[in-house]
Amino acid sequence: MDTTPGGGHVLAADRPGRFGPYGGRYVPEALVAALDELDREYTAAAQDPTFTAELDHLLTTYSGRPTPLTEAKRFSAEAAAGARVLLKREDLNHTGSHKINNVLGQALLTKRIGKQRVIAETGAGQHGVATATAAALMGLECVIYMGEEDTRRQALNVARMQLLGATVVPVSTGSRTLKDAINEALRDWVTNVETTNYVFGTVAGPHPFPTLVRDLQRIIGVEARQQVLDLTGRLPDAVAACVGGGSNAIGIFHAFIDDADVALYGFEAGGDGVATGRHAATITAGSPGVLHGARSYLLQDDMGQTIESHSISAGLDYPGVGPEHSWLKDAGRAVYEPVDDAEAMEAFRLLCRTEGIIPAIESSHALAGARRLGERLGPDAVIVVNLSGRGDKDVDTAAKWFGIMDEAGDVATVASREASGGEPA
Amino acid sequence: MTTSVAFEKARAEGRAALVGYLPAGYPSVEGSIAALKAMIQAGVDVVEVGLPYSDPLIDGPVIQTAVDSALRAGTTTTDVLRVVEAVAATGAPAVVMSYWNPLDRYGAAAFARDLAAAGGAGVITPDLTPDADDTWIPAAREHGLDTVFLVAPSSTDARIAMTTAACRGFVYATSVMGVTGTRDQVGDAAAALVSRTKAATDLPVAVGLGVSNAGQAAEIAGFADGVVAGSAFVRRLLEAPDDAAGVAAVAELAGELAEGVRRR
Repeated sequence: MDTTPGGGHVLAADRPGRFGPYGGRYVPEALVAALDELDREYTAAAQDPTFTAELDHLLTTYSGRPTPLTEAKRFSAEAAAGARVLLKREDLNHTGSHKINNVLGQALLTKRIGKQRVIAETGAGQHGVATATAAALMGLECVIYMGEEDTRRQALNVARMQLLGATVVPVSTGSRTLKDAINEALRDWVTNVETTNYVFGTVAGPHPFPTLVRDLQRIIGVEARQQVLDLTGRLPDAVAACVGGGSNAIGIFHAFIDDADVALYGFEAGGDGVATGRHAATITAGSPGVLHGARSYLLQDDMGQTIESHSISAGLDYPGVGPEHSWLKDAGRAVYEPVDDAEAMEAFRLLCRTEGIIPAIESSHALAGARRLGERLGPDAVIVVNLSGRGDKDVDTAAKWFGIMDEAGDVATVASREASGGEPA
Repeated sequence: MTTSVAFEKARAEGRAALVGYLPAGYPSVEGSIAALKAMIQAGVDVVEVGLPYSDPLIDGPVIQTAVDSALRAGTTTTDVLRVVEAVAATGAPAVVMSYWNPLDRYGAAAFARDLAAAGGAGVITPDLTPDADDTWIPAAREHGLDTVFLVAPSSTDARIAMTTAACRGFVYATSVMGVTGTRDQVGDAAAALVSRTKAATDLPVAVGLGVSNAGQAAEIAGFADGVVAGSAFVRRLLEAPDDAAGVAAVAELAGELAEGVRRR
């Protein structure tokens, strides 16, 4: 087990909300009271059997937990050099991704605190859809901030959020993506904090969000660890997940942290390639600083100005990352590597063809990582991949990438296996 | 002049001090120097020089528009220090208003050293509370810089006590919950917050967020030691047909607000 210089567990926060030098709370004073309240209420709720039973009940009867562990035999053989690839099927959650795990917990907390309005940011829309869903279920007013660029990339999810009764606010400042949606949501929160809870979507942001969201996503790894033991009689050699903000990754990593022989791999969005500068590989190419209320790795220039990120995946298109990942990286407990757009899309295509599963483009980065790990570790290896979401929302993007659909959205009349097997358009 | 002296001078005149904000680098580095100097000439006692930042999360659209423009034009932290130097040369105290990451990136100690060398009086940190970081306050103290932190209507009395104990120069009270931008009315929360803050400290308390006219300045001057205006000045620059007109419009507003803080 890795330890800090002080002898504590690698993840033991030396101060509340700190992960080594990362995390913390860098926010306007106006938000401190709300963050303190959230921290206090969450700490109490986590120890309240009524609360945890209600959350468990929702996860089981509403979201569909536990999600299965699927053995991807054809993918293993064709794409991963024969290494045994097991998929943790978070795509089978209600609303189609792991995001619902976090949101059900935070929506319950909102009710416990007595607030009637929730706000959230979203990139690909999965967190927005999940928040809108939980808000509908619990009768809360819901406003979702989404970068204008992302509303175009993920129009289907915008429609879903609206059908669920949420107001979607397109954000036209800055890079018009997830980073700016978070800024706008924080501005809303500063203004309406008395009535509003901010349902943060990932393990970034000011304390207590990195801890709170991590705890609500831990269920992924807890289930996966037992499932892989039941299926194979041993622990996996590696666990792979995609990393944008990093909530699905920390969710599956966490239960394996103490298993020193299990390698943890986070795959960041390499975009056009890290060398091009057009990417979202924050840990690989970033440096420590403060963004959105926490110290962590971020993409920044010499002046501390945030550099805009780029990825084919709206959900990974973020120049920051959760502080706990930064600490795991520095401690050497997890390894982070970039996967570029082309490599992710090839893994996307392969999973569709070999397993009949259309993955989210986010998750396809982890699948591409698993292919690399298969090559490195060989056919005796067992690799668990967190399939964090399904790809329904990405059909439009993928169909254009593979030339099945033109830019106008018209589908080629001769849709064939060959067409979608070809080179990117 | 230090900010403390500026506030004392205003108090001796039986009025509140007027504090004016503009970001460095808008409409240009030279343009911002001209506008800040005009502001001082027209009656502003203390100036806040904004350090442009890519993610100004407590600022509304007016300031963000100007700051984005300054960044696109290539404004750097070094330019900000140059603006401070030029403005401080007039004799009025110049404090930098900056989000934390640009200062962290520059290095807290290096920034404190260079700001002091430029004649700057201190720094206001809108997203840094005194308990968030242990590097800034010692660096600022070493170079004699004021550390101005914010208190908010939602602050508990314990946090007001902790925050004001870490402040030097003055305390910045945010009059309403919300982002920067002019408002029709001063929030009711402002007077109550100032009263709670004054119970915790002898430092001057300045009220900001939303002040745009002489009437509001007079109202706040009735219960606070300082009146801060920012977005209203930036809006004058944004709406001006050219740089010279922008400087004139800033001076005109500064004159109105200076009259406001002198109303009895």
